[in-house]
Amino acid sequence: MLIKRTQQRSAITSSGSIAAGLSGQRSGLDRRAFLRRSGLAGGALAALTTLPPGSVRTAKAAIAGPLTSGATVRKSICTHCSVGCTVTAEVLNGVWIGQEPSWDSPINRGSHCAKGASVRELVHSERRLRYPMKLVGGQWTRVSWDTAINEIGDKLFEIREKSGPDSVYWLGSAKMTNEGSYLFRKLGAFWGTNNTDHQARICHSTTVTGVANTWGYGAMTNSYNDIRNAKTQMIMGGNPAEAHPVSLQHLLEGKELQKANFIVIDPRLTRTAAHATEYVRMRPGTDIPVLYGIMWHILQNGWEDQEFIRQRVYGFDDLRKEVEKWNPEEVERVSGIPGEQLKRVAKMFATEKPSTLIWAMGQTQKTVGTANVRASCILLLMTGNVGGPGMGANIFRGHDNVQGATDVGLDIVTLPFYYGLAEGAWKHWARVWEVDYDFLKSRFDSKQIMETPGIPLTRWFEAATLPKEQVAQKDNVRAVFVQGHASNSITRVPESLNGLKALELLVIADPHPTTWASLSVEAGRKDGVYILPVATQFECKGSRVASNRSLQWGEQIVKPIFESKDDLEVIYLVAKKLGFADKMFKNIKVENNLPEAEDTLREMNRGSWSTGYCGQSPERLKAHMKNQAKFDFLTMRAPKDDPEVGGDYYGLPWPCWGSPEVRHPGTPLLYNTNLSVMDGGGTFRPRFGIEREEKLPDGTTRKVSLLADGSYSKDSEIKDGYPEFTLASLKKLGWDKDLSETEMATITKINSANPDAVSWSLDLSGGIQRVALKHGCVPYGNGKARMNAFGLPDPIPVHREPIYTPRVDLVAKYPTLPDAKQFRLPNIGFSVQKAAVEKGIAKQFPLILSSGRLVEYEGGGEETRTNPWLAELQQDMFIEISPADAADRGIKDGGWVWVTGAENNSRARMKALVTERVGKGVAWMPFHFGGWFAGKDLRGNYPKGTDPIVLGESANTITTYGYDPATGMQEPKVTLCQIAAA
Amino acid sequence: MARMKFLCDADRCIECNACVTACKNEHEVPWGINRRRVVTINDGKPGERSVSMACMHCTDAPCAAVCPVNCIYTTADGVVLHSKDLCIGCGYCFYACPFGAPQYPKVGNFGSRGKMDKCTFCAGGPEADGSKAEYEKYGANRLAEGKLPLCAEMCSTKSLLAGDGEIIAQIYKERVMKRGYGSGAWGWKTAYRETIES
Repeated sequence: MLIKRTQQRSAITSSGSIAAGLSGQRSGLDRRAFLRRSGLAGGALAALTTLPPGSVRTAKAAIAGPLTSGATVRKSICTHCSVGCTVTAEVLNGVWIGQEPSWDSPINRGSHCAKGASVRELVHSERRLRYPMKLVGGQWTRVSWDTAINEIGDKLFEIREKSGPDSVYWLGSAKMTNEGSYLFRKLGAFWGTNNTDHQARICHSTTVTGVANTWGYGAMTNSYNDIRNAKTQMIMGGNPAEAHPVSLQHLLEGKELQKANFIVIDPRLTRTAAHATEYVRMRPGTDIPVLYGIMWHILQNGWEDQEFIRQRVYGFDDLRKEVEKWNPEEVERVSGIPGEQLKRVAKMFATEKPSTLIWAMGQTQKTVGTANVRASCILLLMTGNVGGPGMGANIFRGHDNVQGATDVGLDIVTLPFYYGLAEGAWKHWARVWEVDYDFLKSRFDSKQIMETPGIPLTRWFEAATLPKEQVAQKDNVRAVFVQGHASNSITRVPESLNGLKALELLVIADPHPTTWASLSVEAGRKDGVYILPVATQFECKGSRVASNRSLQWGEQIVKPIFESKDDLEVIYLVAKKLGFADKMFKNIKVENNLPEAEDTLREMNRGSWSTGYCGQSPERLKAHMKNQAKFDFLTMRAPKDDPEVGGDYYGLPWPCWGSPEVRHPGTPLLYNTNLSVMDGGGTFRPRFGIEREEKLPDGTTRKVSLLADGSYSKDSEIKDGYPEFTLASLKKLGWDKDLSETEMATITKINSANPDAVSWSLDLSGGIQRVALKHGCVPYGNGKARMNAFGLPDPIPVHREPIYTPRVDLVAKYPTLPDAKQFRLPNIGFSVQKAAVEKGIAKQFPLILSSGRLVEYEGGGEETRTNPWLAELQQDMFIEISPADAADRGIKDGGWVWVTGAENNSRARMKALVTERVGKGVAWMPFHFGGWFAGKDLRGNYPKGTDPIVLGESANTITTYGYDPATGMQEPKVTLCQIAAA
Repeated sequence: MARMKFLCDADRCIECNACVTACKNEHEVPWGINRRRVVTINDGKPGERSVSMACMHCTDAPCAAVCPVNCIYTTADGVVLHSKDLCIGCGYCFYACPFGAPQYPKVGNFGSRGKMDKCTFCAGGPEADGSKAEYEKYGANRLAEGKLPLCAEMCSTKSLLAGDGEIIAQIYKERVMKRGYGSGAWGWKTAYRETIES
């Protein structure tokens, strides 16, 4: 059997789809052919000298051997996860001939995982797209770039005329650089829609919303490296051994050096759990009961950090009331975890500090995702585990630049850098872009829709197919322009086929055709689909943000291959055709249709005060890459006396306050009051007002301050909480005299009617930030983190059963939220859950179905399944099923099964992996496969020669309805299915 | 002289397969040939452990002992290499090897398997170091460039160590002393049974 793991002999004589996948012989210019052709003879040989010790040597070896002499070395960033490993490439005559370990990177120290060690193949892959194509009468036909862009543009104009700008859905990517993502968002803004989204919607949108609503920013608080300082590492809802393998270097070494507790809470005994000191198996979808179960023991035993809570936390009493409901009996009834085990976990987490909580999509991809991550933050707050080394919410983002794409606002709810969509935000960006606010307004259907969040990508197909009156914009979505996003990573694939059918135009801009192409043919489309070949990120330059908020500048390793183009060039060509390129690229240098990445970053620097992206100039980022070796492995800081990067933290993790000239070193740990702000210190961000009126039981009200109480960052001149800085508050403090005349002039220009209202985030001169920093204060203020996040659907997290739950007995007590209209569409989760209970779906489909990652593949997987070095290791789609459930169904390990889902009569054919990894009643699928649908192999639907080597059923063929009310997040981590031997 | 060895720390290995694809990348090893692979025991059960396996470059290599054409030899660094010019593809070495290291491009019996291929410790073959002929037959010769095998250099968790046996043993020993558990080196328990606490 060829399914994973125990028997990994690859198939030399494989049959079926794999043989078909490999039938083409290598004919391109691969490394071997290149060497042959270039007629390199062996030169003088280096004698075998003393070898550096072990593989953990630090000395830098000579790069060039006889065959690689003359090669240049270029550095970029791995495109497969958010750890941010540096990729070191050897390039000879424009060909990427070899990969070397990146010993100097303080993040990966030479290491890679299977994906990182094989990225070179992505560039010279024979199966990537070579030229633009369109579907003509059901056939993929080659067209020129000019024709493609012209026809696409004309169609977009037609749709705009008829249905308005919101009928075009701009789906961008976490794979793009910051500059690409930013320009893609800007393209949406200039086109006149907020329907611009990317993968963060389906990976950590709930984290961003939940965590930002707790303490200010929705990002990982610490860094991978910093986890080495933790005495207790708790991983709940993540499998970094497969999803972020290089992070395990830090986790496992930290575990060894600190003799740390390593707790894994997961429904599966994952590869990460295999290294746990304590493994806790839970029922999928019960994160909140488990977290409250832990908190119950903490409060019961007085293990909470009372001083921290008093000074820096709001809403503790409200929380206590909810936690008290979750006694060990109720927690065990709901989650299946015995109270004694959770007591042990609670004690470790609360008393063996510093403790960190690590999570990924296990928590986020649920209808209660936002509430889940809120509960996680609350546990950290309760135990005082935020704002110091070894602590924090270490949220492992998914893609290499998903943090960056989120920051630059490639999103439906905000403009770049979390400014939101209100008039003030638009005016801010109009000033940065130097265009008229009225021009931007004129691009939209109305001012009202301009300030209304767009449609989440999870529901693009409903936006295309629901009756028009249910979609709260002028018309349905008629066109999708997707640049770098899989379709099979979105739930409810059978219904997406209806969406593909309904569209008038689909543009796929990607290095690979992806399942957008194969499924649109399957949906019966004969025309109206264009494929544009986009370069891989190794053929582009620009900055990427790792999960720890560090920005890293990647060089262009080789020029775009075949007819493929840089993301930035594609965006420019589209903007040019649509007639606003001159305005959109007013301050960005464009050469041969390619906007300059450096200039684009400079424009971002000028507008990103809210998030502290203003100090990371391209020059500073390049200096960091050049001087990688100087940064300390643990603290990630360079020695203070270094002329180029002195005192900086690696990658200037945001917030990096002020202009580049301020030389803020970046913030390696968020909210750390033990450092002064200019050393990377910080406080919780008061983002939700400075006081709140609370109703008391006797009917009276009282005002409660939301500012920190007696806690402040080191060297702060204000020794207490304080609100965000504005010109008015500077005046009050008498610090306005520190502003220079030019700064004052800029501030006055921003709001001539009321300059006092200009804040730290709107002041384009950077003066307000500079002055605040000068006095040791954080520009955004010093507030309390919120256990009670008023304003969210559940201000205190509340357990709610998944839409499709096997525990129908719990639905009455823990129902999902009522139906409501969200993000321009109805969310009928409550009705769906109710109907499922009434119809007895759980009897028909008794197994819980969850999904997750494999180490060999990434995302929708088309790119990695096209890489033979990876594809060979995972040749079949499979489903994990417990031995007991398999025995009940007569299923053999390695045998074919049909998996059926609770909606759309969905079914999928794959192999069974019978394993104790999953508990009884739970099944699990990897979500990277695609190219099959309902048992049918769609290989013929791809343009000839571009089909991935390995195809298989998509997990999301089986997944079902369910959307987080706060973000539109889907629910692929918990639904129901049935499995039968095929 | 150094004695080159691999050592895989099973308390660190996470079966990420970086070693496998790094090898493919460095030597352009074709589909179907796996000079290195990761083996997992107790897969999905408590006590699951993985270990990365390739040619172990044995001191007294059984493959060399059975080779009818004497194509397998040991270098001064203790690396076991072979000559593809001499190899007749008989497959004896495959049966002799306790680790399943020898690979063949074709399936069949008695000489029809094609030339044997296996891990070279990134040290090429009998041809001149770094020559084109050497690269085509055996892949890159990193040792000659002063580098170590890429699989170990790129290991995600620094589980797989490669280099002079004395030195990597020292690194591993220090690691075990520091963390206070797990002689997780694969095979330890088999070799010493219960007499030594792990």
